[in-house]
This record gives sequence, C-alpha cells and structure tokens, in this order.
Amino acid sequence: MSAVPPLPKWADIFLLPVINLLAAFVVCGLIVLAIGENPLTALGVMVKGAFVYPGSLGYTLYYTTNFIFTGLAVAVAFHAMMFNIGGEGQAYIGGLGAGLASLWLAPFLPALLVLPLAVAGAALFGATWGFVPGYLQARRGSHIVITTIMFNFIAASIMVWLLAGPLIQAGQMSPQTPKFEASGQLPSFQALVGVFGFDTASSPLNMSFLIALAALFAVWVLIWRTRLGYEIRTVGQNPDAAHYAGINVPRVIIITLAISGALAGLMATNEVLGVQHRVVLNFTAGYGFTGIAVALMGRNHPVGIFLASLLFGALYQGGAELDFEFQSITREMVLLIQGMIILFSGALAYMFNPPLARLIAALTRKREAAHV
Amino acid sequence: MPVLGGSDGRPPAIELRGVSKSFGTVKANDDVTLVVEAGTIHGIVGENGAGKSTLMNVLYGLHQADTGDILINGETVVIHSSADSIAKGIGMVHQHFMLVPNFSVLDNVMLGSEGGMLLKKGRNETLEVLDRLEAEYDMSVDHDSNVGDQPVGRQQRVEILKALRSGARILILDEPTGVLTPQEADSLFRMLATLKDSGVTILLITHKLTEIMAITDSVSIMRQGTMVAHRQTADTSPQELAELMVGRKVLLQVDRGISTPGDTYLSVSGLGCQSRKGARVLTDISFDVRSGEILGVAGVAGNGQSELLEAIAGMRAPNDGSITILGKKITGQSTTDPEKMRTLKLAHIPEDRHKHGLILGFEARENSILGYHNTALGGTGRLFDRTAVTRHCEALMATYDVRPPDPALPAKSFSGGNQQKLVIAREMDAAPKVLVVGQPTRGVDIGAIEFIHKQLIALRDAGCAILLVSVELEEIIGLSDRIVVMNNGRQVGIIDRDEADERTLGLMMAGIAKGEAA
Repeated sequence: MSAVPPLPKWADIFLLPVINLLAAFVVCGLIVLAIGENPLTALGVMVKGAFVYPGSLGYTLYYTTNFIFTGLAVAVAFHAMMFNIGGEGQAYIGGLGAGLASLWLAPFLPALLVLPLAVAGAALFGATWGFVPGYLQARRGSHIVITTIMFNFIAASIMVWLLAGPLIQAGQMSPQTPKFEASGQLPSFQALVGVFGFDTASSPLNMSFLIALAALFAVWVLIWRTRLGYEIRTVGQNPDAAHYAGINVPRVIIITLAISGALAGLMATNEVLGVQHRVVLNFTAGYGFTGIAVALMGRNHPVGIFLASLLFGALYQGGAELDFEFQSITREMVLLIQGMIILFSGALAYMFNPPLARLIAALTRKREAAHV
Repeated sequence: MPVLGGSDGRPPAIELRGVSKSFGTVKANDDVTLVVEAGTIHGIVGENGAGKSTLMNVLYGLHQADTGDILINGETVVIHSSADSIAKGIGMVHQHFMLVPNFSVLDNVMLGSEGGMLLKKGRNETLEVLDRLEAEYDMSVDHDSNVGDQPVGRQQRVEILKALRSGARILILDEPTGVLTPQEADSLFRMLATLKDSGVTILLITHKLTEIMAITDSVSIMRQGTMVAHRQTADTSPQELAELMVGRKVLLQVDRGISTPGDTYLSVSGLGCQSRKGARVLTDISFDVRSGEILGVAGVAGNGQSELLEAIAGMRAPNDGSITILGKKITGQSTTDPEKMRTLKLAHIPEDRHKHGLILGFEARENSILGYHNTALGGTGRLFDRTAVTRHCEALMATYDVRPPDPALPAKSFSGGNQQKLVIAREMDAAPKVLVVGQPTRGVDIGAIEFIHKQLIALRDAGCAILLVSVELEEIIGLSDRIVVMNNGRQVGIIDRDEADERTLGLMMAGIAKGEAA
C-alpha cells in the first residue's frame, strides 16, 4: 500500500463534500426505491418543500439559524482541540437566561431594552454552562467530553424541575412558562420586512437569523483576526508551544469553552425569543448534537458552517414535506435520510479522500506528461 | 566502479541502476546509481532534501521508482510494499521508532509474526529467536519490560532485533543517532560492527560526517536528488565530504574573534528545580553570563540541561535559588511566565522546534510572531494587522535566508534547517540582551549549521549574553567562551574554553570534577 498523495486544497474544501453528499443521496435514493417510491420525485418534493413552496424558505432558514449557532459552538471549541458535546445543554440553559429576562423585564421595559438583555441572558447562561466544564478540564483535568455530556443531563433535569415547578404557567398542566409580553418577543421576519412594505408568507423565521449571521462573522474575526483567536488556535494545535510562547493554556481553554457555550446558548434566541415566546420543555430537540455534524461538515469555518447549516435546514424542512406528501415515507424514514447525510458527510467525511487524491494525482501527472 | 569489501565474491547486496522518482515537478531522485557490497557498512550522506529518504523509501517499497532497476543480491526485484522488501531480507530502522510503547519488548518483536489466533505459540517462537539473536550479536534486552519505559538507545535495539527477527540480512538505518546520547551512539556502533562481522549489510543514512568516518567502509554522497560521488571512507576526509554535500567550500570550524565580556546580564544562583512528581531535576546551579559572552552547557542529554533552559525561560518555576536577568530577580515566589521573561529582553530558542518552537500547521508568518503576538509585531490595533505580520515575516526570511521565502507557507512544509532558521530569526530579531539556546543545530544540514553558528557569534559580538546548551561537544567547544558541565542535575564545574577538550569535558560529564581527574 503506497502513501496517499495530499489532496489539493480546492478539492478538500469543495469537491470532497459534494462527493460525500452525492454518495449520501445515492444511498438514500436506493432506500426510497426499495420502499417503492421514485427517488427523483421524492427529491423534487424535498427541494420544493425546502425552497419553493410559499413560506418554505422561511422554515428552512429558521432551522438553519439553530444549526448556525450550535455548529459555531462546536467549531470554536474545536479550534482549541476541545470537543464540546454539551451544545444541547448549553442551549437549554441559554433558553433559561433568555426566558427569565423576558419574563421578568418585559412587563416593565420597552422591547429595545428587553431584547438585548434577553439575548445577552441567553449568551451568558450558555457561557456559564460551558465555563464550568472548561474550568474542570483546564484546572482539574476532567475530560471535556465526559463533563459536557453529563452537563447535558444536569441541564435537562434542572429545566424539567423549573418548568414543572417554579416557572410553570399558573393554572396550566403543561411544563412551560407563561408567554412573554410583546416587548419580550423577537420580531418575526414577516413583521420586519412588513415595515418596508413587503408582503411575505408566514414562517417562524425571525430576527435571530440576523444574529446568527452576525455570529458567523464575529467568529471569523475572533478566530483569524484577534490575538485571542491566535491563542485559541495555538493551544489547539500545540499546547506545548503555547506554553513556550507564554500563553496561559488553562485560561484560554476556559475562555474558549465559555465562548462556545455562549454561542450554543444563543440558539435560544431563535426558539425561545423568536418562535415559542416562552420556555418549553425540550425546545433544543437535538439541535445541539446535530451541531457537531454541522461543524464537522463545515470544517469549523464560518462559511462552511453556513453552507452546512443551510443544507441541514433544507433537509429538516424538505424532510417534513416528504413525510407529508408520501404515504409510505414516514417521519422515521425522513430521519433515516438525514442520518445518512450526517453519516456520509460527518462520520465518513474522509472515506473518499484516498481514491480521490490518487485520481487527481494521476490526472495531474497525465496533463504534465501531455505538456512535455 | 571499483568497490572494496565483499571479498567473498558475493554479488552486491544492493544495486540501484538509474533510479528516478519525481513528486509532481520535483525530481527527488534523478538517475541514482548505487552499489552496496555485501557485508559492509555503507554510508549515504547528503543535506536535508537531498533525496536520501526518498531513495530509502523506494528501496523499502514505500514509494515506487518511476524508472530504473533495483537488484538485491544480484537479482532484479520489484518492490511494491514493505512486505515485499521484508521478504527480500531488507529491514528498516526508522528515525522515529515504529514500536508500541505499552507493549513488552517480546510483544513488540513478535508484532507482525504472531502466527495464529492465540499468542502463546508466537511468543514462544519469538522468545527462541530472540535468545539466539541476542547471543549471536551480543545485545541483551529485558524481554518483559515495557518498551516505553526503556531508554531511547534500548528502544532502538528492539527495533533492530525486530528487523533481524523478520530475517533481515540488509539493514537500513535512517539517522539512527539523531536521538541518542554519545554513549548510546557508541554502543550502537559496536552493535553494527558485530552485525557486519556476521555478514549483515548495513546502509547508514546520516548527515553526521564523524559517524561516516568512524564506522563506514564506503560512502555515497547525494546532492539535490543525484549521486554526486562514491568514496572509500579511508580515502576521504570530512572536509571533502562536506564540500561534496554542499557543493561549495564550507567552514566546519566557526571563525570567531576573542570575546570582550561586559556586565553580568544573566545570573543564576543556587537554582534548584523539582519535577512535577517531586524528583530533583536541578540542584544548586550557580553561574553568571556576561554581555558579549557565550556560556556553553555541556552534558549527556537528560542531565538537567532541558530543565535549566526551561527555568531560565520562565517555563518552569524554580523551587530554590534565584535567576537574575538584567537586575530583575526571579525566585519561586515570583509569578512569572515566558511572556514576562521576553519583556525583560530574554529570548529562547528551544531545544525541540517541533514541540515548542513552532506550530507546524500554522503559516510561517503566524509562527514568526509566536510569543510576540501581544507586542507591536502583531499590529498596534485591537485586531491583528496581517499586512504588518506578513511584512515582518518577509523581512526575517530575507535577513536569515529562510527558503522558500513564502510567509504563507505552513511551517511543516519547510525543511528542518529552514524551520530552525525561522525560529532563530524570530528570537534573534527581538534584539535580546539574554539569549538561551538549546540544540541550535539539531537535525540541521551543514550549510545551515555554518549560518547559525555565524549568527550566534555575531549576536555575542553585539553584546548579548548567550547560554548555549548542546549535546554536540564540538559545537560547545567551537562556540563557547566558558563551559559549565552538568551531571545528574548538578554542575560539575565551570572551565575556560582554552582548558576544554573532549577528554576533560568527557570526564566531567561523567561526574568527575576537574581536580579529581588529574
């Protein structure tokens, strides 16, 4: 077995993800075929369901927003070589921060004051939930993967207790807080563009999408343009060299995990402040975990994370449409298809690397030979 | 070409005819011809990037040659994989060992020839072969201890035994002494001589000319992918080999004026350090280094030199005593870190550029500010000034001759010598008053060694106080004005350079103080 030649950068960034995606679609197509439906029709329904039907793009971008936040959370931690599995719990606790701010402040203050505080609350609570595992890793050597997973369970238990107890809406049986006053709700996209006289279909898309775009840019600046980002990447790639350079490695790890947790916490701005307008049980619905696949597929770069989030958003929305249109394609089938995509572009991301690299190397050689 | 050795009339153990290998447009090997007589030790020398490693990889089946023939024991062979080459009796001892640290010596040697589902049979067989080999070649190892717990020299011995156990009669050793202490290297050479006497052919790849002179029978010199010359070791000299390797005249000895020391810039007093597990690694070290002076630290690797460097550079807090840099006293109570030390005008060229000096995945320009990223070098605003960083890196590359001069290239894409030059450029450019240097020329080719030595002398003449740690005695004697000798974490003594020779230093390194030696 001879050594695999390195893959050119363009192929690594663009070609390989596209091939992974195609492979996933081919396998999904075969599955759809096996249950007796036409894969191309199904694909058509998915694309239309995600982008074409009225309001569908709004739904797609609403899902995208969640993935951007949780994907960024995983990516930032990963630049310090920390595997933050706790996005789910950080987002959940972030929801508590946003919810408390809106619940308590909205009756007294205008939206212009409540909303920034609620957004800050989401980030702050999420950051706290990332800070503690970060501290335990940096100062006590408790493995970040273990602690962040355990913190997901702790977050879930705390939230169940709060939502079923102290925070429950009076006179209600369902575990959720009362609805926020209007000044505690992020304006929907429909309302936003309505101000400028545009008329759009109704969808859950709201202002948090803009916060997500800002977060993408902010993370890019942080990682590649600031001294802290330089320190984060140094710690991630070579902690010994970081120590040599005078970088306080434990401190950087703690800060990174707090930032990561804050980004995950911001997911609550979409679900809690923008859509539900109250804190409900399990509003995180696994987005925190899918963020790992998003970051993996997006190569921990904001541009990649945006594209991967868009893809997953389209899958969620288009998948729901599939479930709706085909009798034989159930909700579980849609999950299976989503799982396939995660499998091929996440877990098996480098499966096609060696053959592709050999192919490109062979083609390059041939072209050079032709030139000689 | 006439070659000695192989007097028993055996065909050459290895013969390469017109072997070429290209990577893209780069010709790593160009029409290489080589004859290695059976039962001899044959050296291959060349600078980093001369094509030695590619050639060995072709021979070992890790790469396939584009053109040319390989003959083993007179027969043309096609080697597609390392399994093929093992079957032809070729064994390779890599620069970085291919051993499992958590496995016992026995299990490591057995690896690859377990011979079935259950290990008992394979273990017994291996044990038998191991006993025979050890008796035959007089190299004992403890079978049951973990490989990871053994000193590096012993690990290398296991690697050699592993190759012999798979039936190797031709051994390729790639830079085998790079990680060894002088004593371990000596013991390796004795082992190689024994192997040669019993008919094993040895191909030794190195860039250390003293080793070539000491143990090889013949030597081939590579430069830029081609074989430039073959010599009988007895008929050549280190000077000639160096010139053939580099392609021009080189100075093996640095040209240096007399030092004119000034004020004391670095003062170490009663310094003691403990490892994290509480073992004493440094005990009662005291010396001064003055402006315009190089103090060499001699010692067998692992006798506290690394810890001394780290303590002075702020990477390790002292337990006892103090370090004074330009009047600023640092003790165990001081909170200090490497960044604060740099603000005191101290620079540190670390012993291990891969572990400490560079981030291999980072671009050269990002590496050019490592440790200085919070200074004006990173720009004056809140955000990094990429243009300023790039310009700084370009300037360093021009001044210190780092090739290729491309600030956007990742550090891992540079050769060892150029990586080291990048680290040296970064640290020297900070215009330090005190410079601590560890192994400045480890794994660096001859041309770059000459350059680095000149830079160190130039910095000394500009008034810097330099502490130089090196396991190369020649380097210590060649550059230092005074020499402190360390043994087991203590200083054996300090002597002037004029009194120092390899014998005196050798005795002191063994822990015998100068007076006692007489």
